[in-house]
Amino acid sequence: MKRWVLIVVGVVALVLPYVTEPIVVHTAIEILIMALFAMSFNLLFDGAGLLTFGHGCYFGVGAYTAALLMVEMRMPMFPAMVCAMVMGGLTSLVFGYFCVRLTGVYFSILTLAFAQLMFSVFQQAYTITGGDLGILDIQPPAFLVEVNAYYYFTLLVVGVSIWLLWRIMQSPFGRTLHASRDSVVRTQFIGINVRRYRLAAFVVAGVFASLAGGLFAPFNRAVAPFLVSWVKSSDPVLMTLLGGSATFWGPVVGAAVFTTLHEVAIGYTTYWLLLMGGILLFGVLFLPGGILGFLEERLHVGAAAPRTRMTEASGASSNARAD
Amino acid sequence: MLLRTRALTKAFGSLRAVDGVDLVVEPGRLHAIIGPNGAGKSTFFNVVTGFFTADSGSVLFKDQEITRLPPHVISRRGVVRAFQRGTVFQTFTVFENVQAALLSRKGRTWNVFALASGMLRSETLRILDTLGLADQADVRAGHLSHGDLKRLEIGIALGMEPELLLLDEPTAGMSPEETAAQAALMERLVREQGLNILFTEHDMDVVFGIAKWITVLHQGRIIADGKPQDVRRDRHVQAVYLGEEL
Amino acid sequence: MTFADVVGQFLSGLARAGVLFLIAAGLSFIFGVVKIVNFAHGALYMVGAFLTFSYTKTLGMSFWVAVLLAAVSVAVIGLLMEILIFRRVYGRPVADQLLLTFAMVLIIHDVVRLGYGSNLRSVSRPPLLAGAVFMGDIIFPSYYIFIVVVGVAVLAGFWAFLHKTRLGKTIRAAVGNREMVACLGKPLPWLFTVAFAAGVFVDGLAGAIGAPLGGIRLGMDFDIIILAFATVIVGGFGSLPGTALAAFIIGEAYSFGIWLMPAIALSLPFIIMAAVLIVRPWGLLGRSGGGEL
Repeated sequence: MKRWVLIVVGVVALVLPYVTEPIVVHTAIEILIMALFAMSFNLLFDGAGLLTFGHGCYFGVGAYTAALLMVEMRMPMFPAMVCAMVMGGLTSLVFGYFCVRLTGVYFSILTLAFAQLMFSVFQQAYTITGGDLGILDIQPPAFLVEVNAYYYFTLLVVGVSIWLLWRIMQSPFGRTLHASRDSVVRTQFIGINVRRYRLAAFVVAGVFASLAGGLFAPFNRAVAPFLVSWVKSSDPVLMTLLGGSATFWGPVVGAAVFTTLHEVAIGYTTYWLLLMGGILLFGVLFLPGGILGFLEERLHVGAAAPRTRMTEASGASSNARAD
Repeated sequence: MLLRTRALTKAFGSLRAVDGVDLVVEPGRLHAIIGPNGAGKSTFFNVVTGFFTADSGSVLFKDQEITRLPPHVISRRGVVRAFQRGTVFQTFTVFENVQAALLSRKGRTWNVFALASGMLRSETLRILDTLGLADQADVRAGHLSHGDLKRLEIGIALGMEPELLLLDEPTAGMSPEETAAQAALMERLVREQGLNILFTEHDMDVVFGIAKWITVLHQGRIIADGKPQDVRRDRHVQAVYLGEEL
Repeated sequence: MTFADVVGQFLSGLARAGVLFLIAAGLSFIFGVVKIVNFAHGALYMVGAFLTFSYTKTLGMSFWVAVLLAAVSVAVIGLLMEILIFRRVYGRPVADQLLLTFAMVLIIHDVVRLGYGSNLRSVSRPPLLAGAVFMGDIIFPSYYIFIVVVGVAVLAGFWAFLHKTRLGKTIRAAVGNREMVACLGKPLPWLFTVAFAAGVFVDGLAGAIGAPLGGIRLGMDFDIIILAFATVIVGGFGSLPGTALAAFIIGEAYSFGIWLMPAIALSLPFIIMAAVLIVRPWGLLGRSGGGEL
């Protein structure tokens, strides 16, 4: 069933510009970028069991790097995006080095602290970053100025990125991360230096987040310090939880729902935080698995479900007294 | 001499959990460590495997110092531990649990390109066969019975291809049938695969049934160390166990 | 730059530290007992400030009554939050709790915006404390002294409660060993509710007495919560003296930073926090074995 859903979505994605208005395509681009951002967050959260409240830092670094290079140095977009990823990777390497030495709440708070630090820096460094005004008038190359063209470009980049993220999670490296999420101690005792793997995951997540930022800058035509702040960092958290962190596609679903909600809601009310908070509250209390988790349970779709249910049906598990 | 500790000490505040322990583990034996609760058996294991840092003293494995090395390094050297409470990877299947250890042992864990699910199948299944868990290969670890969980623990340890296997109360919480099976498994591992096993136990039937060498710990110190029949006759040991049938 | 200037900055830092201590103490206490990291602490502080404004300006109450009432109101809000929402997630993974308190931050922020708009509000100091004590060139604003007194009183009060009263000792025991206390028959959930309300009361109090120090505005919540975290982490989660020390350090660093090096002043608390987390994660006066939940 899942395969059919993916195929349908894929087809819709491909023909979208021809069947809807530009404003929808515009929103779709934003959804794609946010989906990548959220997926990179979930690599850390569901993949490695690390809850980061500072992921916006790398998104912002990527956006600013691309913006600066394209506006100040007239660099073409593609090399600028590559540089954005490099900067995101370096920043996450430096910050991550310190963050992965901590666990649990301390880890989360340190990621938050670093994001706020960067925010202050970006805000203060007026001469370089334009301070509170940010950088304006970022122009994508001529052949991508048209919204449909940018859409297909983004679809390609995000599509490839998601495929890469999928491969990573299915690889032995991804397995090791999952193991460290289930039991750090046990993972250490099978010969794994957990800290090193976490740092690697942190950097990979940072690179993909900065790629999302690099896509965002030319799309939005402007960047501002709040992109680096912890408020922005909460976006991928909310999206992932909304869609369901335990599934691979959860963050994408969450990004789509969240962004669409945002577009619709700001037309009606400025009390967006209230709405977001309410949704988060509802989600955590009643839909712990997120939208996809809820659907998988109800409609029995998804790869995980059959295996588990088959085990129970055949009665193979006796008194499931797992420690 | 496979493993040797010299004056190994670990204290928590004023409590000396491990107090100057000189232990020698010779190859080819099933070596048991027994002692009343609080004797320091688990702490001893924790220090040897790097989970706790020794306050003083040293641990040598095959004449190489492993005293203050981190757990992941020690397990790669061949000193592998199975935990008392089945600490397994809950969201993984039985197969994936053992496979994870094998992937690590074979140095494949930095691979980001291959698909993990098909790797090292035969090696993993071989270990599952040894443990009698092959028919539950696709069961989520979180759904296992207690006995199967303990066996899976050993399976993960075996995935590391250990030279010295440290088992922490391998029959704890098991029914008599499961206990007998576990004891037989341990003998088989030593006999057929040339493993060396050092284990802690409370079940005296198991200890005197299969152990070839027994060390008795009491309040962090060794009070007896020798062949089972000698330990059984030792006065001090009998006093410590207060007339319990040994 | 005269000696009087330095002392002036020092006192201003002390006042800042006093308010920060109250917030951080509440945060630390809640974490120690209930094991919840209350992101909404900054938001509740802001509510305390806005309520003080309402009680004094709109309802015409006296400053003292307003402050007390504001703190109590915030405690009631906290109580409701605990009973209606947080109780449901005690057994759940930590991430769920963090997210719930985060949701509260967002909700409270917009509710305040709904109620008060985005304008700056202010509360004036009560006539009794509007003046200053003079010593030569040096001016000791009375209100600053008042804040410090309140801070010390709360610190002493908490300490006395935790070490001298039966309930306090039970709480300290509960922090150490939950299962044991439950076995002894003390109703734990009720304990959590009380602890939560107490932590939030102090928070509202901070907002109330901090109100006359500066403008009351939206965004106070976001600004202060990071500082509060920094304080708790630098001092050590669960260590009240540590929190006081850390509040002092950060308050003074902030005060002198703004005066001497404004460019990095805003970043200073984070730099201190990051440094502590890196070198000594359990804080200056906390206990080792932390860094793990």
